[in-house]
Amino acid sequence: MSSIEIIVFLPLLAAIVAGLGQRLIGAVAAKTLTTGALFISCILSWPIFLGFVSGDIQPYVMPVAQWVQSGGLSFNWELRVDSLTAVMLVVITTVSALVHLYSWGYMEEDPDQPRFFAYLSLFTFAMLMLVTANNLVQMFFGWEGVGLASYLLIGFWYKKPSANAAAIKAFVVNRVGDLGFMLGIFGIFLVFQTVSIPDILAAAPEQTGSSIGFLGLRLDTMSILCILLFIGAMGKSAQLGLHTWLPDAMEGPTPVSALIHAATMVTAGVFMVCRMSPLFEASQYALNVVIIVGATTAIFAATVGLVQNDIKRVIAYSTCSQLGYMFFAAGVGAYSAAMFHLFTHAFFKALLFLGAGSVIHAMHHEQDMRYYGALRKHIPITFWTMIAGTLAITGVGIVGLGGFAGFHSKDAIIEAAYAASNAANFGGYAFFIGVFAALLTSFYSWRLIFLTFFGKARWIGSEHIQHSVHKTPKQAGKDTTGGYHPHESPWTMLLPLALLTVGAVFSGYIFKNAFIYAEEGGTAFWAASTLYFNVDLIHAMHEVPLWVKLSSTVAMLTGLLVAYMMYIRSDDAPQKLAATFRPLYNFFYNKWYFDELYDLIFVKPAFWFGRILWKGGDEGTIDRFGPNGSAALIAFGSRMAVRLQSGYVYSYALVMLLGLVALISWMMVAAR
Amino acid sequence: MNAADFPILTTLIVIPAVAAIMCLFLRADGARLIALIATLFNLILGVWLWASYDPSYGQWQFQESVMLFGPVGWKLGIDGISLMLIMLSLFLMPICIGASWRAITDRVGEYMAAFLFMESLMIGVFAAQDLLLFYIFFEAGLIPMYLIIGIWGGKDRIYAAYKFFLYTLLGSVLMLIAMLWMIQQAGTADIPTLLNHDFPPEAQTWLWLAFFASFAVKMPMWPVHTWLPDAHVQAPTAGSVILAGVLLKMGGYGFLRFSLPMFPEASAQLIYLVFVLSMVAVVYTSLVALVQKDMKKLIAYSSVAHMAIVTVGLFAFNQQGIEGAIIVMLSHGLVSGALFLCVGVIYDRLHTREIDRYGGLSINMPKYALFFMLFTMASVGLPGTSGFVGEFLALAGTYQVSTWATLICATGIILGAGYMLYLYRRVAFGEQKNEDAAAMPDLNRRELWLLAPIAAVVLWMGVYPESFLRPIRADVSKIVERIDRAAPDGDSALLADDPAMKGYRVQRAEHGDKEGSAH
Repeated sequence: MSSIEIIVFLPLLAAIVAGLGQRLIGAVAAKTLTTGALFISCILSWPIFLGFVSGDIQPYVMPVAQWVQSGGLSFNWELRVDSLTAVMLVVITTVSALVHLYSWGYMEEDPDQPRFFAYLSLFTFAMLMLVTANNLVQMFFGWEGVGLASYLLIGFWYKKPSANAAAIKAFVVNRVGDLGFMLGIFGIFLVFQTVSIPDILAAAPEQTGSSIGFLGLRLDTMSILCILLFIGAMGKSAQLGLHTWLPDAMEGPTPVSALIHAATMVTAGVFMVCRMSPLFEASQYALNVVIIVGATTAIFAATVGLVQNDIKRVIAYSTCSQLGYMFFAAGVGAYSAAMFHLFTHAFFKALLFLGAGSVIHAMHHEQDMRYYGALRKHIPITFWTMIAGTLAITGVGIVGLGGFAGFHSKDAIIEAAYAASNAANFGGYAFFIGVFAALLTSFYSWRLIFLTFFGKARWIGSEHIQHSVHKTPKQAGKDTTGGYHPHESPWTMLLPLALLTVGAVFSGYIFKNAFIYAEEGGTAFWAASTLYFNVDLIHAMHEVPLWVKLSSTVAMLTGLLVAYMMYIRSDDAPQKLAATFRPLYNFFYNKWYFDELYDLIFVKPAFWFGRILWKGGDEGTIDRFGPNGSAALIAFGSRMAVRLQSGYVYSYALVMLLGLVALISWMMVAAR
Repeated sequence: MNAADFPILTTLIVIPAVAAIMCLFLRADGARLIALIATLFNLILGVWLWASYDPSYGQWQFQESVMLFGPVGWKLGIDGISLMLIMLSLFLMPICIGASWRAITDRVGEYMAAFLFMESLMIGVFAAQDLLLFYIFFEAGLIPMYLIIGIWGGKDRIYAAYKFFLYTLLGSVLMLIAMLWMIQQAGTADIPTLLNHDFPPEAQTWLWLAFFASFAVKMPMWPVHTWLPDAHVQAPTAGSVILAGVLLKMGGYGFLRFSLPMFPEASAQLIYLVFVLSMVAVVYTSLVALVQKDMKKLIAYSSVAHMAIVTVGLFAFNQQGIEGAIIVMLSHGLVSGALFLCVGVIYDRLHTREIDRYGGLSINMPKYALFFMLFTMASVGLPGTSGFVGEFLALAGTYQVSTWATLICATGIILGAGYMLYLYRRVAFGEQKNEDAAAMPDLNRRELWLLAPIAAVVLWMGVYPESFLRPIRADVSKIVERIDRAAPDGDSALLADDPAMKGYRVQRAEHGDKEGSAH
């Protein structure tokens, strides 16, 4: 067994044993087994990543087993290890191991823990299969596998109707994207006669400039293939149009949100675009689609995040928005910057989610920030780790010196968008949106912190707190805490927070050379992968004017200032502002009405058509003029049948048999 | 010992027939035992058959030939495609007997006899090498199924049995006429000879349509599918399993054995008839499945949608499409059979198939919920299960012929996820709102033994489908070779260096200007 095989298959083994054998081995053993397996995977992953950073390891492909061979189409189970895989390996196994540990505390009172841990490990396995894929079909296996795990984990509390609805929505909306991905694979096989990723990328230049038929149209081959693949990425990474499942996915337990819906699964789309980047580089058209979708998602999700009250939903929209950043970075050709942001984002976003989980844990499962406030003294460790996460996501740092993780990665994206902009692409659009969304990011992130940790305690408004202290707001009177005492979380939850804080603070500064500095390591690092590393763009990025470099910092400070003025200095500014801009506020608050729209044009008509086709089509038309029409002729016969019951059936069968014999005899005579 | 030295196909047909006659004279317990022993023994023989089969050259192996009276010969022989479908029948049979162990208490001997006769006839269909012998098996197979629905079925069994009979008979009369004409024209009823006989193209169309009438009903294709939901709803559990598992595969087998290789030109000419009907079927029946309140009806409608993937794959005229279609047939046989068993398990406890009467079964029946989830996922084609391999290959093949057909049929993966997960949610998730449903015990050992083998094969076919692809590879390539001369041009032809596509290339920024302004 090589280390990569252990990394990938140990979580699967742990999931099977913990899931199927939970009664045999007990809950504690199941939890220990899965958590232990993930820590082993994590410990084995870091040397691979660091080996690529230092240049000690060469990329390789480890064959595992044959899968499918049909005519010219063949694909096998293989594990591909290159620097792009290595980045994902450390992200997945690290966050997953910490989330497993965190869940010991967070899920402590749940009666169904082995199942939860088995699902988490199963997810990790599927995600690892996705990132180690050497062919598109194995990637699709992982792709759908993480979708299954996500479905199971969103619906983990399966007694809740809202959780079930969210789980189905996530699976079905993802399948819309998967349809695009699948068609993309078919098209790629048609064009390249292979689904092996390195072979496709090697052959891509030859097919550049060709055209292909699709749905009766004649289209640029590379553009249509890339766009089909990108539709898959949009589904998995919750980009505008296919994003509606992500906020609802917050119905799942918070550790799930941190692992799947922030750090790993939702970044699979970005990973896929980077993995296939030489293909995307063959079509400006496809890249423009990526830029526009990414940038628009970044601004859309940020505007919605401004006004949400549920702490997890704010972070969910923030995730959606940050994924938009990664996509437009890829779209402008700065794939390495996209991967860098994916890497840093995994740490600080997992940190923010787990921090939010710690807050929710402390506040007796209340998730509405309107009932938080003044928590910084009660849960100081959670507070300080979340401050670190917020500093990281808002990109705090000093130009020229360094800063928190997001400072390095997000600024790189904004600079790349500026540097890459020209008449043919939408880099300029992406740049302005990137800066403006940074302002909004800063605002909603600090709004979250201020509402949660600062100001007055507003706890008694929460029904969860009322249940806990057995008081109504009236009985509590002036004491808006209701006498509730939030407690800091146990060490199993705080340790992951602390470790992720280290990542949120330092991961940008430490790894920036490998990711986005050409001469300092980037060229060598990315040469050991399929990622297209554009050295010219990287140079141009570092030479943008000073105002560009400062723009995101200015945006960040503005957002912080506005949030401070609104939520610390003033009591009623948010309400006043909402009242003044009521239509806009409602538009944002209702998430641009996407859910309502989809319900109206897809969900309701599907059921409506189903009933029409069933009653009107099958029963009203086909049966009426088909079998029932002739049935009327022997209505008498069927009435008899009911009376005679099975005797009639027998005689009918006898007639059939005799008929058959007669036909055969006739045939033989005729044939002679 | 090699099975080739032995008339194994005849043995496989005779054993169940003899056991069936014995069952007719035995009391309930004896009949059950004899049926189980006979089907298990047949399965063991089947494994021997598979092990002795040489996949390197395909058709025909284990041939037997005894001329009976007139032109009809007892000619048997199999290729890899027949082998796989025979294995499917042999595998599902003991499971059907097991599923009926407690559920059937009335006329047990006759019931078991009907199933055993059906096993003989099914093997006969897949092994027949004589056109008329095939026809006899094909049609005679209706009779036991008709009896199973009509006698051991539910409340409206007479109507369902009658509908089943009417539809299937109508199609097969046309097929019989076509067969007689073919025997006249070619001068033989020998299928291997006919496979290489070139019928005149103008006659092919009529012959093709006559066969189509029969196979389209058996598939079933839209709009001749309405017998299926009724038949399934009324049939006892094991009847549904064998109906969905094997009888529906006879249509696909017919297309593969007759329509494609015997009438390649007509197949190419009428390809859009098949594609359009399949496209309608996927969308139409998926939407209808979404609003069903009866579990069996929902799964029956989903079967029609899955069979549409088979038909588009078969008519893709390439290796991927046909191999994919065969894998979908095998996979659907297992998965829908298993889903009907899952319905049967709870039907036996509560005697209703109404979805709303259940709910929250994950709480009191966790093992059941696990199996049901696995088969649900296999039904929606999750990679790693058998459903994915088949659908993926079939659609990959179809894409090379028609992107429209692929797109529309692939919406089945979205709609399928919709109705199956919606079903699962209403049955297994949520609160336990019905007390009697909440009191149901989990799977017992017998039920576990019915579901676990299917689950194992579903995963096996998903992870290592080579075991199932290897036997059919040579035969599918023979068919592809044979029909290649008529293969239609796809709608996605690649045109190298198309000058119209220049505007799509990447243009990089002139970094010179930006560098200038930075300093």
